[in-house]
Amino acid sequence: MNLTELARSSGEWLRGSGPESDIVISSRIRLARNLAEFPFISRCTPADRGEVEKRLRNHVIHVQAGGELDYLNVNDLKGIDRQFLVERQLISREHAESEGARGVAIAENEQVSLMVNEEDHLRIQVMHSGLDLTGVWQQINEIETILCDQVVFAFHPKLGFLTACPTNVGTGMRVSVMLHLPALVITRQIDKVFRSLQKIGLAVRGLYGEGSQAMGDFYQISNQITLGKSEETLVSQVGDIVPQIIEYERKARDVLVKESHETLHDRVSRAYGILRTAQTISSEETMHLLSSVRMGVNLGLISDVAIPTLNELFIHTQPAHLQKLRGTELDTADRNIERARYLRRHLNKQDSGNGGKN
Amino acid sequence: MKCQQCDKLATFHITELTGGKPQELHLCEDHARQYLTRSDDETAAATTLAGVLAHQMAVGQTAEELARLDQRVCPVCGITFYEFRNQGRLGCPHDYLAFSAELEPLIINIHGETEHSGKRPARYAGGTDSRTQLIRLRREMKAAVSEERYEQAKELKDKIKMVEAAPLE
Repeated sequence: MNLTELARSSGEWLRGSGPESDIVISSRIRLARNLAEFPFISRCTPADRGEVEKRLRNHVIHVQAGGELDYLNVNDLKGIDRQFLVERQLISREHAESEGARGVAIAENEQVSLMVNEEDHLRIQVMHSGLDLTGVWQQINEIETILCDQVVFAFHPKLGFLTACPTNVGTGMRVSVMLHLPALVITRQIDKVFRSLQKIGLAVRGLYGEGSQAMGDFYQISNQITLGKSEETLVSQVGDIVPQIIEYERKARDVLVKESHETLHDRVSRAYGILRTAQTISSEETMHLLSSVRMGVNLGLISDVAIPTLNELFIHTQPAHLQKLRGTELDTADRNIERARYLRRHLNKQDSGNGGKN
Repeated sequence: MKCQQCDKLATFHITELTGGKPQELHLCEDHARQYLTRSDDETAAATTLAGVLAHQMAVGQTAEELARLDQRVCPVCGITFYEFRNQGRLGCPHDYLAFSAELEPLIINIHGETEHSGKRPARYAGGTDSRTQLIRLRREMKAAVSEERYEQAKELKDKIKMVEAAPLE
């Protein structure tokens, strides 16, 4: 797999298609599994880790009928390449930063990735653009069934699939949707929404970190409980709440348009202006401004840039992507200059070509 | 900076990490004390593993009981309960059986349930613990080899082969 080639596209999670994709960025499920006859990762010797990887490697690249998955030896990758995979949501930060034999198998369309020797021996992930949890569940269930026939996963009749951390035991399943909720943030309703989600057992996290304002107003909602409910129930526990949040966000956008049209129009236009003219800009500020512009486009306040272009900029302006696209490693100051240059180049095109909104 | 709840000077700056996202609080001494000692349902229910464990350990256990509990060892992977408590990660699948009494309240606290009702692998109705015993056998064989107990090592090796070849029900 050529990561530099990969860097030029936007990846599955920011493809910007699928149902409700103006608000629902992506739908994702991951399953945690362990081989029954090896200790969990924390008790693995280096030899055990190597053996686990050896046994799983050949199976994980053959989980799809369409063709072999690419397998990357994460331990051998350069820091910037690991960071790149984290930015694309193909591996976790933990997987990037840990040590010892480990790897990841990735499908060409980036919908499927299987991490070997993360917190558990195996973490299967399927991700689709937009709101499509049912499709994701169907796909990941097929993959898991294939693997179940080939290796013996640690399983207990009463407790279900056994995981290194008791918070994942049972189904080993985390269902999540990534949502873009700028209007709920502006109207200060986001905390209220979070509190009510927590009451029904759902967790909310910001994208790339835990800042009080999530990066670019992207929020991830997922189930907290993994035991005692069927996979289908967990899928609908998350899936059923999404339309309601979408409605809240749309209502908040309506209110903003109706009651403070000038302020809103001014806000998104200024954001657009800064992105098109800045000479040096941080990743955080970029995310923040792109978020405003994205909403502005969705509300028809900005018409000369398309959503896919913005989605691509969200990912291309991340530190590792920026450096891979530039073809050289850059320190923070140089990255900020390069980021501004990249934004100017892509937002000031006279004819934005496929970026045009018709 | 002024206290968020009165006009006094804020001398306590708290970052609350429970709940969905960190929350910055700037409070005077009185309000800080009030905040830190409140018995908030949401805070208590926060399902961070460390929090739950600490809470569970603090309730109704004497120091000796705790020390005895901490010394319990899983016969398969050799992890002590203390090590699990410290790192929040179990050592092998058999820990769920070896520490079942200690883990059950923790699992109820996290999930509110104790029984899996989801997908089951087609073949392993009785569970996979016989496979997990391979971890212990391999560990014992390694020890036997390093202590030059070759006869015993050979026996263990045969046994490992048998378990590996045995079909699961």
